[in-house]
Amino acid sequence: MQIYQTGDLIVALRRKESNESSLPSGASTAPEAVGEAGAADVFKRIHSRPHVALLIILGGIIALVLGIGVSVTFGARDIRFEDVWLAVFQYNSNLTDHQVIQELRLPRVLGCVLVGSSFAVAGAILQGMMRNPLADSGLLGLNSGAGFALAICFAFFPGMSYSSLVLVCFIGAALSALFVFALGSIAKGGLTPVRLVLAGAALSALLTALSEGVALYFRIGQDLAFWYAGGVAGTRWIHLKVMSPWIIVAIAGAIVISRSITLLSLGDDVAKGLGLRSGFTKFMGTVIVIVLAGSAVSAVGAVSFVGLLVPHFARKLVGVDYRWIIPTSAVLGAVLVVLADLAARTVRPGFETPIGALIALIGVPFFLYLANKERREL
Amino acid sequence: MGEYVRLKSPEELAKRKRNIIVLIVLFVAIILAFMASMNTGFIRLSPSDLVNTLFGNGTAQQNLILYEFRLPRIVISVLIGAGLALSGCVLQSVSRNALADAGIIGINSGAGFMILMYVAFFPTITAVSAFVLPLLAWVGGGIAALLVFVMSYRKHRGLSSNRLILNGIALNSGISAATIVITLRISPEQYQFVATWMAGSIWGKDWKFVMALLPFICVLLPYVYFKSQTVNVLALGNQLATNLGAAVSREQLMLLGAAVGLAGSCVAVSGSIGFVGLIAPHLAKRLVGQRYQILLPTTVLAGSLLVLVADTLGRWVFQPSEIPTGIVVAVIGAPYFLYLLVRSKG
Repeated sequence: MQIYQTGDLIVALRRKESNESSLPSGASTAPEAVGEAGAADVFKRIHSRPHVALLIILGGIIALVLGIGVSVTFGARDIRFEDVWLAVFQYNSNLTDHQVIQELRLPRVLGCVLVGSSFAVAGAILQGMMRNPLADSGLLGLNSGAGFALAICFAFFPGMSYSSLVLVCFIGAALSALFVFALGSIAKGGLTPVRLVLAGAALSALLTALSEGVALYFRIGQDLAFWYAGGVAGTRWIHLKVMSPWIIVAIAGAIVISRSITLLSLGDDVAKGLGLRSGFTKFMGTVIVIVLAGSAVSAVGAVSFVGLLVPHFARKLVGVDYRWIIPTSAVLGAVLVVLADLAARTVRPGFETPIGALIALIGVPFFLYLANKERREL
Repeated sequence: MGEYVRLKSPEELAKRKRNIIVLIVLFVAIILAFMASMNTGFIRLSPSDLVNTLFGNGTAQQNLILYEFRLPRIVISVLIGAGLALSGCVLQSVSRNALADAGIIGINSGAGFMILMYVAFFPTITAVSAFVLPLLAWVGGGIAALLVFVMSYRKHRGLSSNRLILNGIALNSGISAATIVITLRISPEQYQFVATWMAGSIWGKDWKFVMALLPFICVLLPYVYFKSQTVNVLALGNQLATNLGAAVSREQLMLLGAAVGLAGSCVAVSGSIGFVGLIAPHLAKRLVGQRYQILLPTTVLAGSLLVLVADTLGRWVFQPSEIPTGIVVAVIGAPYFLYLLVRSKG
C-alpha cells in the first residue's frame, strides 16, 4: 500500500518539476530543485488524517487508562475495586491487598505500557526508514541480539544490576542491527523485504542457538526459558525506574524525527531531493530503535510481532504520515500489550501464559496475510 | 542430460573421474570423523583399540562402550545426516528455491509440535515411543508442509518460492508460540525432555532408535535416488518439465511426501536440527555440479559428514558437558545461510 502511494507521489513530483521548469526539458529533472518548499508540499499531498489521528490517540489513552484499571483490579487474588483505588492513592503498606497492587500489579501493567509502546514505535521507525512492510525488531533479529547479550550476562556476570543489564541489551541489539544493515549493503542490489526477513530469521536462529548453548552449559535454562517467551510477570518498580527514562527519551526522539522518517519513507532519492540529511536521520532512527528494542527486551524478553502489527494498523487508520503514525503506534502498542497481558492472565487464572506467545498467535496470521497479499510479489 | 550422450568426451570422462574422487574423499572423511568420534568422550577409544574391539578382541568395557554407547549414536548421526540432507536437496529442486530446507519450511516445528503433544499426553517414554514418534513426527511435519505449500500455491503461477519461505517462517513462529503455551502446562521433567529435544540433541542413543529410523531411510533413500532423473527434470521448472513429459503435479507431490518422510523421521529421533538440508546440497552442488544422479549421493555423504562432525564437536568442545548437535549445526549453518543469501541475486 505504502509503496504504491509513494510511486504515485514520485510521479507527481516529477510532473510538477517539468511543468514549473522554464528551462528546456531535461535540465532540471534533478530532484534537488524541489528543496524545502517541496517538502512542505509533500506533506500536503500525502495521504494523512490528523483529526482521525488525534481522536484515536485520545481514545487510545482513555482505553489505556481503562485497561490499566481493569488489569490492576483482576488477578489471582480477589481484591475489591475500592481497595484497588485506596491502594493506588492512599497506600497502606500494612495491608497485603495494597501490597499486591502496589508491588506486583501496578509495576506489571505499567511495564506492559512501556514495552508495548517501545516495540510498536521501533517497528514503525524501521518500517518507515527501510521502506519495508515486514520490518519488526523481532523479525530482523534485534530482539534475539539483546537476548543473547542477556544470556551471556546471566552466565558470566550473574549478579549484574538491572541498570547495566539494560545497557548490555542495547549493545546486543546494536550489534544485530549493525550486522543486518551491513548484510543489506553487501548483498547484490540490496536486500528486498523478504530477503531481509530471511537474514533476520537466520541471525535469530544463530543467536538463539548460541543462547541455548550458553543456557545449557551454565544451567541457566530455567531463568531464560520464560524470558524467551516474553513475560511481564517479573516487572518491578526498579525495572520501571531504570527503563522508563530511556524509553521516554527515545519515543520523544522518535516524534522529533518523525517528519524526516516520512520523507525517508518516500524513498532515498526523493528524501535527498527534498533537502533531508538522510544519513543522519537513518543513524538517529537506528539509535532510537536500538534503545527501544533493547530496553523492552531487557524487561520482558523477545516479543515479536507487536512492532509489525501495530504500525500497520496505525497506518491504515491515520494515513502514511509518520508524524501521526508514531504517536498513534505508541498508544495502540501500549493498549495491545496491556490487553494481551490481561488475556494471558485470565485465560487460565493462576497460570501465566506468556504474552509473547499470545501475541504471536495473533501476529502470525497477520504476517501471513501481509506476505500473501496478491497485490505484488514481495 | 547425461543419459542421452552416448559418446563420452574426454572432458566428461575427466569430470566423471573427479566426481568419483569427490565421493571417495567424502567417504574417507566420514571414516575419519567416525574414528575421531570414537576417540571423544569420557573413556577414549583410540583407533587401534577400535580395530581390536571391532574384531572381537576388546575388553568387556570397550565392547560395552563401542556397541552400546558410541556406535548406535554414530549410526544415528550418519542416518539423520543423510536423511535431512536428502530431503533438503529434494525440497530445493521441487520448489526451485535454493534456500528451502526442512527446518525453514516448517517441517521440523510441525514434527516437534506433534512430539510435544505426545509427550504431554503420554508422559512416559517407553519402547513403543521409539516407533510411534517417527510416525507422529511424519504426520506433524506433513501437515505443516502441506499448509505451507497450499498457502504458497497460486493457480496458474504455481509455487512462489519467496512465499514458500516466508510462509514457512511465519508458520514456524506460530507453531513455536503454540508450543510454548503447551510447554508451560507440562511437568518440569517433561519440559526438560521437550527442551532438549527442541535444541536438537540426538536423544535416541539406542539401537531401537536405529531400528525405528532405518525403515524410512531404507525405503525413501533408494526411492529418491531412483527418481533422480525426474528430480533433474523438475528442477528445470514446471513448464519445461511438463513439456519434457513429466507428470509434474503428481511427481512433485510424491517427492514432497518422500522429503517430508525423510525429514520427519529424522527429526523425531534427533530433535530439531536445522540447516543440514540447506548446507549439504549446496556443498555438494559446488563439488559435483547440478546433475542429480551424482548430486544426490554426494549430498547424502556431505550431510552424514556434517552431522557426525557436529555431534563429535558438540561432545568435545565443552567436555564433559555436551552441546546439542542442533546448536552446533546452527552455529555452522546460519552463517553459511547468510552467505548464500548475500551472494544469490534477488
